[in-house]
Amino acid sequence: MALLQSFTQIALDRAAAQIRRDVIIQCVANGSGHPGGALGAAEIIAALYFRVLRHDPARPDWPERDRFVLSNGHICAALYSAMARTGYFPPEELLTFRRLGTRLQGHPARVDLPGIETSAGPLGQGLSVANGMVLGLRLRRLDSRVYCLVGDGELQEGQIWEAAMTAAQYRLGRVCLVVSDNGLQIDGEVERIMNVRPIADRLRAFGWHTLDIDGHNLAQVLAAFEAFQRTTETPTAIVARTVMGKGVSFMENLAEWHGKAPSREQAVRALREMPEGFAPDLWTGDTQ
Amino acid sequence: MTAPAAAPVRKAMRDAFGEAIVRLAETDDRIVVLTADLAESIRVHHFAGRFPDRFFQMGISEQDMIGTAAGLALTGFIPFATTFAVFAASRANEQVRLAVCYNRANVKIAVSHGGLSVGEDGATHQALEDLAAMRALPHMTVVSPADALETERATAAIAALDGPAYLRLGRTPTPIITRPDTPFVLGKGHVMRGGRDVTVVATGTMVHVALGAARLLEAFGVDARVINIHTIKPLDVPLLERAARETGAIVTVEEHNVIGGLAGAVSESLARAHPVPVEFVGIQDVFGESGKPDELWKKYGLTPERVAEAARRAMDHRDRLGRV
Repeated sequence: MALLQSFTQIALDRAAAQIRRDVIIQCVANGSGHPGGALGAAEIIAALYFRVLRHDPARPDWPERDRFVLSNGHICAALYSAMARTGYFPPEELLTFRRLGTRLQGHPARVDLPGIETSAGPLGQGLSVANGMVLGLRLRRLDSRVYCLVGDGELQEGQIWEAAMTAAQYRLGRVCLVVSDNGLQIDGEVERIMNVRPIADRLRAFGWHTLDIDGHNLAQVLAAFEAFQRTTETPTAIVARTVMGKGVSFMENLAEWHGKAPSREQAVRALREMPEGFAPDLWTGDTQ
Repeated sequence: MTAPAAAPVRKAMRDAFGEAIVRLAETDDRIVVLTADLAESIRVHHFAGRFPDRFFQMGISEQDMIGTAAGLALTGFIPFATTFAVFAASRANEQVRLAVCYNRANVKIAVSHGGLSVGEDGATHQALEDLAAMRALPHMTVVSPADALETERATAAIAALDGPAYLRLGRTPTPIITRPDTPFVLGKGHVMRGGRDVTVVATGTMVHVALGAARLLEAFGVDARVINIHTIKPLDVPLLERAARETGAIVTVEEHNVIGGLAGAVSESLARAHPVPVEFVGIQDVFGESGKPDELWKKYGLTPERVAEAARRAMDHRDRLGRV
């Protein structure tokens, strides 16, 4: 019973483009942020917020909503964009990102911004919280689902694997882990720093149902979420191959864009080469 | 009890907790319990038998347990996450910080094996820094009851509180020193014994030791006030300020490092409210070791005699300063 709202009519490729433009604009407007991973997760977050999630931005505390847990909280610029563009708060507020007094904290803060399901930033914690939500929803006999996004480097945190065991042990068929697998982390390539691959094989060995997809192919992203929704007794992990900095030629596949804002000139260039979103840009070249 | 000279009834706080949580759950179906392979140790196996659907065995994974508890809280439940003090407050500290406190999730962390009285298991399992670690987290309420009876009431009080709480319990049976009609309000200390010459402020198992010290001091003509601070945070500053003003000398007693726990909380508040000499009885910034609880308390100075000596030092200091 997805709520029929205007945002569900927006083409998903335009929604993903809008998220990318908003990510660049949020980062350049305040001079800081984490654009790389956020750009790479644009299709995943667009698919969730504009199609897959059962949610009502006017009622962020609706008990029967699906939940989205952003575990790699540093990519929150993409989440803030999706929330603003689906109506959780006015899009103009995106320009307050990371500024003193903002509700759009550098890493998401549940208490500050309605619609943020859990605060996140310190890596490895989101899946445990998502599992707890599924356990709680099951006790309440609600059929809501919980989606949790993590980065591939984040899988180096031991707590992820504790939580992976919990989801399998408790047969949490309503939890969906999405791994944005861009192969990069702050200090370089994940495989060279502390390998986490093969991700799907490892999760299968932990008792998970897994899917390998191209995280920028919207048809594959939607099909994977549908496959998750048909799964009842087993937790599902979608390992989505993504590109850090996707959509901006000079950012793609460069770990240095994990946590660095573009300069004004770089932002102008990025916006020029990216496809149009569905709304006018909030920033047209002025900083500060 | 009314006749403290007679051997009082002894009961372990964790036993009282195990019974209280079942009783509370009977009338509040939001209460759920998680444990990290320590169901029997913290006595929640009774709960598990009675409410199997509301009991979550998480295995040996305290960090995951705290996160899972936060998720349950965020869907409207009142989870009690149970383990030993050291594994919740130290090992899972960052999970408590982020998923519980920063989220303001309504999670209750109920731990046994606080302090030296863990005994033979030794230093690895003796939490002597947990009160400091939990107290430094915004939104956290920190409770350290004095006996089994107070544990029952503390359990009910934190269940009724909307917000994170840490409940620190001891392992071994200790004397019942409160009464059913002893007032219990979170954040309000309780004067266990009136006195004009010096104030002994204690928490947890050490309230009993403080009362013993007051009796020793009485034999020397010193009239000691004894305050039970069962809530380390929020601290009852008005009660402590009045004690400082009226007696001019304070001793803190805790089964915890003298850094950051009761000593820290009391001194920080009195430094601003009404500075007076404060002596710290507690663990002097060292790790514990194996031994019987009574032997350990003796070796580390947690006895009525040592508390009484500290009271004299505090009074002497006050008198040297020429204040009352």
